[in-house]
Amino acid sequence: MDTGASPAVTLRDAVALLNDYPLLSGVTLDIDAATLTVVTGANGAGKTSLLMMLAGLVRLSRGAGVVAGVDLATGDLRELRRRVGWLGHEGSFYDDLTARENLTFAARALERPLDLVDPALERVGLASRADSTARRLSAGQRRRLGLAWLIVRRPVLWLLDEPYASLDDEGRGFFDNLIGDVVDAGATVVVSAHDPLRAARLRPRTVVLAGGRLAGEPT
Amino acid sequence: MIRTALLVAGKDLRVEARSRVLLWQVVPFGVMALLLSGLALGPQRAGRSDAAPGLFYLVVVLVALLMINRSQGIERAPGTRASIATLGLDPAGIYLGKVLALAVELWLSAVVLLAGAVLFLHTALHGTLLALPSVIETLAALAAAGTLYGALSAGAATATLLPLVALPAFAPLLIAGERSFVAALHGGALWEWWVIVTVALVAYLGVGILLYGVLEDS
Repeated sequence: MDTGASPAVTLRDAVALLNDYPLLSGVTLDIDAATLTVVTGANGAGKTSLLMMLAGLVRLSRGAGVVAGVDLATGDLRELRRRVGWLGHEGSFYDDLTARENLTFAARALERPLDLVDPALERVGLASRADSTARRLSAGQRRRLGLAWLIVRRPVLWLLDEPYASLDDEGRGFFDNLIGDVVDAGATVVVSAHDPLRAARLRPRTVVLAGGRLAGEPT
Repeated sequence: MIRTALLVAGKDLRVEARSRVLLWQVVPFGVMALLLSGLALGPQRAGRSDAAPGLFYLVVVLVALLMINRSQGIERAPGTRASIATLGLDPAGIYLGKVLALAVELWLSAVVLLAGAVLFLHTALHGTLLALPSVIETLAALAAAGTLYGALSAGAATATLLPLVALPAFAPLLIAGERSFVAALHGGALWEWWVIVTVALVAYLGVGILLYGVLEDS
């Protein structure tokens, strides 16, 4: 796993605005490399906005931040985006391409070897659905395809936006195992979720967001 | 940039080949529009009318608007946009790739629509074939302008905004395309209209390469 120069996250009074509306209103947060952090909070608390800022998809309006070695205020956000992997809760790919074609596209875009594609599909249990279009996959299978996309990409920082939504216990267990492997391999994982993770073996750090601010860390 | 452009164009064309929106929705719509135009002109007027090239380009612009919406919509499915953005692709390459794919789709549509113009608007076959190079170039320019304005008007109201913001940019291309089609059918200088379309094509490609990243980020 490519861990890059500095996979840690450092935010200081980070503010993000959307048309003057504060998405994040002063978040201070440090995340160590090769750790799992779970961001929880109510709907609208700013979980997705925080992940999007870490992905370089939402601009830092005030404050300071360094993510994966890239300064959010002055650095090259496109370079940051290449270092992180994003998995949204709606799915993260082209519905009319097959599972294999989606992964091949990502591999080509990042100049990764194409022979990573089939093992990634096997790793997430989608080898038998490799030639099915993403549109035809179930919600759980789409989530697995999103993970395969990230496995092919091998990002330094994995940003998973509510990955457990609509997953059954088997799906959650699969996600937990894979996240554990990813962290063990040296990547940093940040997950947004409504509730703290159930998998104790992952030993995640949990932070709570409320109103676009860090509201605490339950022990 | 070229590598990204080919990657994006290949992806867009593969999506189109798989979804068959062009084949089963857009082209039949264009053919129906040409048929109705021919019926509106009437059998006596259709063969002699100078209106045929204008009607052809009217249908082309409607088809182009549908395809531009489709081209932009591919990227804007929930979740897809953020995920693709984190690939960190060169915006200029994305722009050129989307222009290339859209141009290929419009060229394929034009083959059918030109045949429709011969059948329903009774344009002369020889003159229609003479107009082919100018049609190809005009459609490439429409693809370049359309992709740029498609990104500019991207969002929930794209289908509403796109015709409003794009038509002023399309107008000179449509006029030049129509004039060159008329010249091909009835004789006349073609090259001055080609110059206009070529300048517009180069200008839109230049602006798109420079600004597409800004539009995407905004």
